[in-house]
Amino acid sequence: MRRLFQFRGGLHLNAHKKNATLKPVVPAHLPKRLVLPLQQHIGKPAKPVVAVGDTVLKGQLIAEASDTVSSPVHASSSGVVTAITAQLIPHTSGLSAPCIVIETDGHETWRPRKKQVYDDHQHTPAQLREKIRQAGIVGMGGAGFPSHIKLNPSGKAVDTLILNGAECEPYITCDEMLLQERAQEVIAGLRIMRDALNAKRCIIGVEDNKPEAFLALQQQVRTTNVDFIDVIQVPTVYPTGGEKQLIQVLTGLEVPSGGLPLDVGIVCHNVGTAYAVYRAIELDEPLISRYVTIAGSVAHARNLDVLIGTPVMDLIEECGGTPETLSRVIMGGPMMGIALHSTHVPVVKTTNCILVNARADNTPQPSRGAFALPCIRCGACAEACPIDLLPQQLYWYSRAKDFDKVQDFHLFDCIECGCCDYVCPSQIPLVHYFRYAKTEIWALEQEKKQANIARERHDFREFRQEREKREKQERHKRKRAALKKDTGGSDADKTLDAKKAAIEAAMARVRAKREADTVAPKNMDNLTEQQQQLVNEADARRARSAADISKETRA
Amino acid sequence: MSLATASSPHIHSGANITALMLRVLLALVPAIIAYTWFFGWGLIINIAIAITVALGSEALMLRLRQRPLAPFLTDGSAVLTAVLLAFCIPPLAPWWITVMGAAFAIIVAKQLYGGLGYNPFNPAMVGYVMLLISFPLEMTGWVAPNMLNQLHISFIDTVHIIFQGHFPYALSMDALTMATPLDAVKIERGLNRTVPDIIAGNPIFSGLGGVGWEWVGGGVLLGGLWLIFKRDISWHIPVSVLGSLFVMSLFFFMLDPDVYPSPIFHLFGGATLLAAFFIATDPVSASTTPRGRIIYGIGIGVLIYVIRSWGSYPDAVAFAVLMMNMAAPTIDYYTQPPVFGHSTVKPVPADDTPGNNP
Repeated sequence: MRRLFQFRGGLHLNAHKKNATLKPVVPAHLPKRLVLPLQQHIGKPAKPVVAVGDTVLKGQLIAEASDTVSSPVHASSSGVVTAITAQLIPHTSGLSAPCIVIETDGHETWRPRKKQVYDDHQHTPAQLREKIRQAGIVGMGGAGFPSHIKLNPSGKAVDTLILNGAECEPYITCDEMLLQERAQEVIAGLRIMRDALNAKRCIIGVEDNKPEAFLALQQQVRTTNVDFIDVIQVPTVYPTGGEKQLIQVLTGLEVPSGGLPLDVGIVCHNVGTAYAVYRAIELDEPLISRYVTIAGSVAHARNLDVLIGTPVMDLIEECGGTPETLSRVIMGGPMMGIALHSTHVPVVKTTNCILVNARADNTPQPSRGAFALPCIRCGACAEACPIDLLPQQLYWYSRAKDFDKVQDFHLFDCIECGCCDYVCPSQIPLVHYFRYAKTEIWALEQEKKQANIARERHDFREFRQEREKREKQERHKRKRAALKKDTGGSDADKTLDAKKAAIEAAMARVRAKREADTVAPKNMDNLTEQQQQLVNEADARRARSAADISKETRA
Repeated sequence: MSLATASSPHIHSGANITALMLRVLLALVPAIIAYTWFFGWGLIINIAIAITVALGSEALMLRLRQRPLAPFLTDGSAVLTAVLLAFCIPPLAPWWITVMGAAFAIIVAKQLYGGLGYNPFNPAMVGYVMLLISFPLEMTGWVAPNMLNQLHISFIDTVHIIFQGHFPYALSMDALTMATPLDAVKIERGLNRTVPDIIAGNPIFSGLGGVGWEWVGGGVLLGGLWLIFKRDISWHIPVSVLGSLFVMSLFFFMLDPDVYPSPIFHLFGGATLLAAFFIATDPVSASTTPRGRIIYGIGIGVLIYVIRSWGSYPDAVAFAVLMMNMAAPTIDYYTQPPVFGHSTVKPVPADDTPGNNP
């Protein structure tokens, strides 16, 4: 028996998982219209390679990756592209983003596929990564980071590849059902991923409230007869399904703050991603569908195999929910999911659950009160925090907008799991405050960066102007020197002399004119005797006073 | 159709401050019963007066500060402050003592600082210290144990004493009151008597500190342990307060038992247990980090011992708590727990940007 570790904090939540696991997973009804966002992953959005009016086949590439950290998008079903415009996407603020809209034709006609059975080491790691990249596979546990990058050890040795089947959030059961029904395929995908990473061993972590999934995996590992895969049951504590938490529970290693699991020789992927990898490599099928749990206030809570791009409303109606009575629809789990602004948004590659609240039957209950009391610093949040943060202090400084202090208390290590928020007796929306503080700090940093760029640009401009001036002067100097050399000194001297002479002549003219203007008094002609006398007297006074002044100064 | 779009998490445990305060009040019930049994109806009447005044003051201040009344009046915090204050006031003290103490605690120590969650000092202790310093006579008239139930002073009689100063059976305040065990030790040590002599010569002492007081202490202990069991308070503060007081008193007791009373006397005497479980654990004014709480608790334990042994007040709980309240923010800043991922070595930067490797 492997020794397990336990992170501090965490919560024991009511699982509410039973209902949705009773029926086998079937494909959801084909929707009339598929909406495929160009960005369903972390990184740059994909670039469309189809135009409005094009007919597309199921699995056909419709948007290609635009960068290394990006992922392509494929048509989930056959049909016609009717629009490439901004549509509502699943987003906390209810934003719209560019999407490709496909009107399905109902034929589900596949593009040609080349199926193969994969043997260990059949492809090089780079070939595998390229195929996985082309299949548009991203982390299906929720973050949506392009998988081909996470399957690249970048020259580091990978000791353990962990497959995350913990699925710790209440209500969500898509991974559980996947493991129950597709254990073989998941193990096949795991072996492909192991090849891509050159990992020594693999661990599949499953929470101990999913015994059937655990047994199915164990059975499968035994049948496969490989010695490098361990299936481990981990205690059911929220948030064991967090990457860093699961790594700690299984290996006792702490992923360093700001680092990657790779820094401690570990790579962690979701079980759904392993299944997608299997489909990409063996069936030549890109990521166009996934298991999704529909739970909460619906008549038939269950898991469906859903085409990416299917509107959420279609799924709610298929499971017996009534559109008129909806009060809240969460994409993801009740602890970390997004509350949707509209039910017309599509299911994307990272959608694991649609959790429905209706006005009549308001599960999940209870939620936070509308009026938050002040923090009483009871510390319940700090006890629940799996990262050992002090949420009460983070809250205090976030509220005060003291963004330096809030970083002293390690705001950026917060994983937003919501444990603090869940236990807070003052019912303060703590995670909301932390997101706010993070966004503000990012904005400030962005501003600073922009200011730095502007300053650099300004400095460079000054430097360039200075340089240009210098160059101009040098050019002139060179030209003059060249002229001198060409004509011989005398000619240039002569011209210079002539110029000087002309200037002097002009100056002399100006001088003469000025003297004539100022020295000769005006209106002195035709004076009467009396006037002449007055003038003379004035002159005499002037002379006297001038003499007095000179006398005084002398004295 | 409009959907609720508040950000995650979307569920809550249902924990709330009112329920928390009610559980703390419930935990005080055994002590209230024991207190009433030994010292009469005075406590019950004082609690009623204090609660009325505290809620009235709270409502007045909330109105002046233009804050909503309902959520803050029902949070239970003012009621708890009132009950804790009433515990600290002698049971037959005149009514205006309780009124002034409760009003001062709520208006000055709590609401002027910003109300619930913003008061740096424990309001009940601020109220108590104000009374102790301003009205030392009224605040030290402690009733002797068993006196009231032996004399059959009824509830109505007690009301008359508190509100009108009329004593039944031609009794007087002096006839009913008596020094508490802590007082007795303090005063008689001043007369240079040894501790064993003092205890032997006075009927108010008994095995665990003082007749009656030990039962009140037992009730407090019961309620406090229940709160720790319910995880409403953490063990850190009670354990460190009692532990440090125990160690201090044991050390000096071993040094010279004639001069220094035993650790048991200190733990069960005065308001030690009440402080450890109910007063020092007030989360708003205490330290909030686990290590900080231990330092804070040790500080209170040590201060209680120092003031009791060498200071001029017989009990020191209020002063010790208020002094450590002052230190709490600083303690918190320097006792942050190590955060996940910071204890290990810094990550080595990858030798290539991810994704570019063949």
